[in-house]
Amino acid sequence: MSKQHITATVNGDPVEFLSEAGATLLDALRDELGLTGSKEGCGSGDCGACSVILDGRLVCSCLVLAAEAEGRRVETIEGMAEGGVLHPLQRKFIEHAALQCGFCTPGLLVAAKALLETNPDPSESETRYWLAGNLCRCTGYDKVIRAVMDAGAELRQARVA
Amino acid sequence: MTDVLDRPETGLNLKVVGTRPDRPDGVDKVTGRATYGADFSMAGQLVGKILRSPHPHARILSIDTRKARALPGVKAIVTGADFPEQASQEMEGGEGAANIRDIAMNCLARDKVLYDGHALAAVAATSSSIADAALALIDIRYEVLPHVTEVEAAMAADAPILDESRFTTGLEAKPDKPSNIVSRMQLKRGDLAEGFAAADVIVEGRYTTPAVHQGYIEPHACVASWSADGQCQVWASSQGQFMIRTYCAKILGVEASDIRVTPAEIGGGFGGKTTVYLEPVALALSRQAGAPVKMVMTRDEVFRATGPTSGAVIEVKLGAKSDGTIVAADVVLKYQAGAFPGSPVAPGCMTALACYDVPNFLITGYDVVNNTPKVAAYRAPGAPISAFGVESAVDELAGKLGMDPIAFRLKNAVRDGVKAAYGPTYKNIGYVETLEAIADHPHYRVPLGPNQGRGLAVGFWFNVGGESTAAVNIVDDGSAVVISGNPDIGGSRASMAMMAAEVLGLPVERVRPIVADTASIGFSMLTGGSRTTFATGMAVTQAAQKVVEDLKRRAAEIWDVGIDQVEWANGSALCLDAARNKPDLTLAAIAAQSGKTGGPIGATVALNAQGAGPGFGAHLCDVEVDPETGRVTVLRYTAAQDVGRAIHPAYVEGQVQGGAAQGIGWALNEEYVFDAGGRMENAGFLDYRMPVASDLPMIDTVLVEVPNPRHPFGAKGVGEVPIVPPLAAVANAVSAAIGVRMHDLPLSPPRIRAAVDTL
Repeated sequence: MSKQHITATVNGDPVEFLSEAGATLLDALRDELGLTGSKEGCGSGDCGACSVILDGRLVCSCLVLAAEAEGRRVETIEGMAEGGVLHPLQRKFIEHAALQCGFCTPGLLVAAKALLETNPDPSESETRYWLAGNLCRCTGYDKVIRAVMDAGAELRQARVA
Repeated sequence: MTDVLDRPETGLNLKVVGTRPDRPDGVDKVTGRATYGADFSMAGQLVGKILRSPHPHARILSIDTRKARALPGVKAIVTGADFPEQASQEMEGGEGAANIRDIAMNCLARDKVLYDGHALAAVAATSSSIADAALALIDIRYEVLPHVTEVEAAMAADAPILDESRFTTGLEAKPDKPSNIVSRMQLKRGDLAEGFAAADVIVEGRYTTPAVHQGYIEPHACVASWSADGQCQVWASSQGQFMIRTYCAKILGVEASDIRVTPAEIGGGFGGKTTVYLEPVALALSRQAGAPVKMVMTRDEVFRATGPTSGAVIEVKLGAKSDGTIVAADVVLKYQAGAFPGSPVAPGCMTALACYDVPNFLITGYDVVNNTPKVAAYRAPGAPISAFGVESAVDELAGKLGMDPIAFRLKNAVRDGVKAAYGPTYKNIGYVETLEAIADHPHYRVPLGPNQGRGLAVGFWFNVGGESTAAVNIVDDGSAVVISGNPDIGGSRASMAMMAAEVLGLPVERVRPIVADTASIGFSMLTGGSRTTFATGMAVTQAAQKVVEDLKRRAAEIWDVGIDQVEWANGSALCLDAARNKPDLTLAAIAAQSGKTGGPIGATVALNAQGAGPGFGAHLCDVEVDPETGRVTVLRYTAAQDVGRAIHPAYVEGQVQGGAAQGIGWALNEEYVFDAGGRMENAGFLDYRMPVASDLPMIDTVLVEVPNPRHPFGAKGVGEVPIVPPLAAVANAVSAAIGVRMHDLPLSPPRIRAAVDTL
């Protein structure tokens, strides 16, 4: 079967690639576009390591067909730091030691960014339920939750200032 | 938040060790640039995939690969016959002994398949879809055999036998029939019958734990390249690049020196990446294809064919005097090994009573093969399982005696000078201190509501040292590079940099830690046994000390004074001969003129570290049980642990929190489920339910510091102890909440409902 030609916007830049019919958006990001920051932990939408934002909505890129990205905007972990300056969430993850092996970290950061854009002042419980789709086996989530809530506080402060 | 108790006065005046700097690998990990196993690619690489057995036990009658080979785009196909015949050969693996023949037969089956998911054949093709099509064209004929998945069923006299040539070892008389019981081991002291005769109260129970997976989020992955000149390269995510080199060389029958292994960033291991599954297969495919081969497991493959740790049956009988003195303990441990021998029953036995000073005991362990995946190390291998049984029984015994669980444990606690149940005499241990830390914690006094319960449990792990190499090289701008051979699974690069910075007197940001490939640093045993910060840290510290000696010598030469007139402090050489009036020489100043004082500055230390201090932890857990649904909510969790000295306290806390979370998952949710046909029914993260963020509370940690005098900064291993207590801490809490002793993990809602219904 012939490949399909896809054009999309990834992290603000136009991209085009060829995709097999069954390929996922995650396959396309990793194998066609070389954006290996999004990880495959399960391929079934259960671990969240492949989280990206598609037209403003948080999705597991392993559950989206590459062909579905046609004409749409995709934001990945590679687009999170702007101009070499870390996003507050990225900084807070490092400051709070909220990562160990780091494999789930890109997905957690993308999901946390979507949370803070939806709900700038989440409670601990809201943060835990929002991130329930992102498995982390190293940290026990304690420092992850603290980092996300601290980043939220910093972003709120910046908005007031 | 965390308390660090009793930071001991050492006179060391530490500036870096004990602080919380940013991790050196942090920015790459938060920006998606860190390169894990599946992120590396080579030009011209092929896709390798594995065909796996659908049967839990079958004889392989034939494997016909002709149709698959004829498919355009297929470049290589290998089976077990492509590996040379192996003699059964035990070798030290880092987390216990390993048998190369078994590892080879686990990578690709020979003669028989022994579990659902056992690898049979592998293909390399130009695309993923062609590789899948080729796998479907491989024709295999089986003679399906009866199978057995449960440990006691596998021990039964009429069980299907996995290996007809295996006779149980460790019995008084050599058995006359083959058995799935590989070996029996025993530890004993005193007179058991006398001990129980003297007891006023006796408790007895049978406990079970299911097989559980390490659950690292990164599936196994590698790229292998076998060049025409016989030189091999492997890029892989693992806990030991040298382990991969050794195993691949032995399995493929080539020289270790012809294989260079580069460690990828590792996306979690927990012991599960201390062996090989893909790497020898990828090399064999690459040799045949004449091109590099990349292999990445799916999650289904990870569950069905890697890990897990043993499912087990634990029988515990304890006897105590009415004053609370434990006088006798009889513990029987039956551990699944999976398809090949090697369950962690030995450490299960050795740790079972490690927290208790008991005059009369017998601990009996059985290593049992069965038709499930070959077990792999999992964080304190074997210890959480025996601790679940013993700590549940101790809880029950304390209850019968009407004693506070901490007071009861303190009464029977091991202390310095006590001979451990597993042999050695304890020195510099901080067990009592962890119990006292829990007793002093506000958590212990929070009032409980209806349907709530509180559970306490303790745990022990040996921690190991072993062989490590490290190099410290000075850059001519006055900074340093620290090179080690241990993959960083928990933040060890940060601790290596910190220890070097402490000795050199540099800010930690001026020390760059690197994990090198097998050709770029000397041998190091794998990252396991909680050994890296202790053993490799010792090599790093000694290498940095050698560099400091060299820097002092060079300063003396520059100043033309005796070396005894030079002191090293705060990253500079100080001239003690005040009459010479020499300004301090910074490391950068000495490095800038290294060419005039003997050339580049650097030192390598290779050692075999001894004297790792054993670790103890005490965990306290509060739960609430919904009697309608049987659902358990963990309300509060506090973990105290003796860590010797926390080099980077935030990462030590992280180890403790992560281990506790894994243990909570083991207690409440996780289990391998097999259908009647011996096939795993829940080989995915939806049905194999690991804890998610909304399942857990904050996990409070108390770092107790009783320094280990054998380590330059007092460090003890920290990574494994925290998974030992949680199974029983949670189960004791649930048992208290519902008023029924819970014996079987996981404590799933149906089990709890059934227990509540017995009331």
